[in-house]
Amino acid sequence: MPDQHTQRPVLQLEKLVRTHGSGATEVHALRGIDLAVHPGELVAVMGPSGSGKSTLLTLAGGLDAPSSGRVIVEGTDLTTASRKQLAALRRRSIGYVFQDYNLIPALTAAENVALPRELDGVSARKARACALAALEEMNLGQLADRFPDEMSGGQQQRVAIARALVGDRRLVLADEPTGALDSETGESVLALLRSRCDAGAAGILVTHEPRFAAWADRVVFLRDGSVVDETMRSGADSLLSGRAAGL
Amino acid sequence: MYDPGRLRPGTYSVYILSMSIRHGLLALLERGPRYGSQLRTEFESRTGSTWPLNVGQVYTTLARLERDGLVAPGGEDAAGHTLYAITDTGRAELHEWYERPVDRTNPPRDELSIKLAMAVGAPGVDIRAVIQSQRHATIQAMQDYTRLKAQALAAIESGKAHERDDVAWLLVLEQLIFQTEAEARWLDHCEARLVRLSRSAVSAAEEPGPPPEESGPPPATTPASGRVAAATNEPPRAIRLRRR
Repeated sequence: MPDQHTQRPVLQLEKLVRTHGSGATEVHALRGIDLAVHPGELVAVMGPSGSGKSTLLTLAGGLDAPSSGRVIVEGTDLTTASRKQLAALRRRSIGYVFQDYNLIPALTAAENVALPRELDGVSARKARACALAALEEMNLGQLADRFPDEMSGGQQQRVAIARALVGDRRLVLADEPTGALDSETGESVLALLRSRCDAGAAGILVTHEPRFAAWADRVVFLRDGSVVDETMRSGADSLLSGRAAGL
Repeated sequence: MYDPGRLRPGTYSVYILSMSIRHGLLALLERGPRYGSQLRTEFESRTGSTWPLNVGQVYTTLARLERDGLVAPGGEDAAGHTLYAITDTGRAELHEWYERPVDRTNPPRDELSIKLAMAVGAPGVDIRAVIQSQRHATIQAMQDYTRLKAQALAAIESGKAHERDDVAWLLVLEQLIFQTEAEARWLDHCEARLVRLSRSAVSAAEEPGPPPEESGPPPATTPASGRVAAATNEPPRAIRLRRR
């Protein structure tokens, strides 16, 4: 992680609060979250159900507005952006990966990946070239002309990651991306997410699986809407000093 | 075989480890005669130095294997190292070891489970804090293992030398990852369990009490109605209304 913290964070959450309802039925989904995710960083968010993990992701992606606090993506504050700005930012800067892949069944892998670029006004030919390049870069080139129902779950999810990060987009928000996958396939999805972050993207991964969270640089623990703890990468490269020295 | 009875109780896990060193050395010797420090190097490269050995342990183990007839001195190499070779009895013992499941009847003592067992109800101890600080350490260890695993996978895919050692090292790392994962899951479970138990304890404690705005029922009947309330999950007010 070379001097990543001197760079501007891709995503910054400041004193983020989200409250549902009011009075006696008031529910505090998030109670003042501060979090910054830098280029090259993958942050896992863990916590029991109801702790606010998904709310955090929804707010970070501008799909819902906070009760108070700020969400800043690539320098733009989503909470003060106009509806038009927000839509553009969501299209150009933020990629989502869901548990159930959410690829459009009538489109091939390449067309699915090209779609965000086309929506952004890029010509169909350019968008396709961009999609093919993204798929190629992730070793998914051979899937370009397949439809979702001709791909395995793991392949669909890897295509969904390509779609999330096509073009200039470098913030990927992944909500239980391995939830529907077996353990080995889930791992290949995590390995891809990890390598995209190593290549400069910033990612948030919501998961309840410790083994997948362990691919992250940082693991944030939420409980009742607050961050109760977070792990950092250990400074020494290894617990197993003998072997690491030899690597 | 060692006689576990000769070992002090505290050395049980040492006994387990010494058993696996014995068989580990036999497994290496099955590939051909070797000398002591060579065995040490090969044992460590197979297990990624996860269980470092010192040469003293290797020679002590070799001496015991020789005493038990499982290995025999096999001459010297060109540099004058004393070589050891596996015997037929040793080979039979090794194959029996591969076939025999690892003994689970005597679980090794686990500091964490002892700690949590002691923390339950201990005065001045916040057991959720104990659990969280362990979870932090456990997940962080998993992050380190996972990073090493990604490196090992990359080494294997790039087809670098020593592939057999890399695969063995990968298996050891994954065992550590699965073990820490089990621990993290168990910690989640402990926390959820304690929250659930404390909730039902709180509601059981709250229910027998009379609502503050009432002057209170006759003392003799309170515990009984409290028990009924707890047993039927009815709010105390309903019972009181009926009694009126």
